[in-house]
Amino acid sequence: MPATIRIQAEPFDVAAETASLSRGRADIGAVVAFTGLCRDEGGRLAALELEHYPGMAEAEISRVATEAAARWPLMGLVAIHRYGLVKPGEQIVLVLTASAHRQAAFEAASFLMDYLKTHAPFWKREHLEDGTSGAWIEAKDTDDRAAERWSR
Amino acid sequence: MKLVYFAWVRERIGRTDEQVTLPDGVDTVGDLVRWLKGRGEEYEYAFENEGVVRAAIDHVHVKPEARIAGAREIAFFPPMTGG
Repeated sequence: MPATIRIQAEPFDVAAETASLSRGRADIGAVVAFTGLCRDEGGRLAALELEHYPGMAEAEISRVATEAAARWPLMGLVAIHRYGLVKPGEQIVLVLTASAHRQAAFEAASFLMDYLKTHAPFWKREHLEDGTSGAWIEAKDTDDRAAERWSR
Repeated sequence: MKLVYFAWVRERIGRTDEQVTLPDGVDTVGDLVRWLKGRGEEYEYAFENEGVVRAAIDHVHVKPEARIAGAREIAFFPPMTGG
């Protein structure tokens, strides 16, 4: 199953990545796309700074992708995560899944995101409009519980 | 053995990474954390809540009981907030 995993500073092109998943194939019936964006937190936020662990980021997302492909009948998968400075409205992460039918594509995309939120080595720090910076965003219990619901 | 630090763990320790030579008796990640805390206030501060700081050995998440023999690189970091 073709899997594209990329960790990059640059924004991604959702349409181009989606097209590459289904190019040359007539057996894919469902493509699900999730794009994670930076919110402005009611106007407070100037930017998010995303720190990451090079090497482990690719390795961990690849592991999660391999598990997704083992659990669902996927025909393709894309996971792209940005690092560096991201402004409100800009992209942070893309997950694409392709399958013959929609249930596998929806569930695998949801699984990938729940695992990415809790296992992928990225850390967000806030840079605020008032010029202050430095607050590290804290991990949420709701994200841990979301990941746990996929345990078998 | 190389140690690498991320996010506020890195900030509290004041280093991105370092090479260490471990004495006998430091066999697990938990042992390593306790040994690091004894090296100075900055480590004490970084690991003040041992339950919060996570670890990875050679790019794989591990629990405190994990044995460190043979590890090339051990990373310490807060819970992740990607995605």
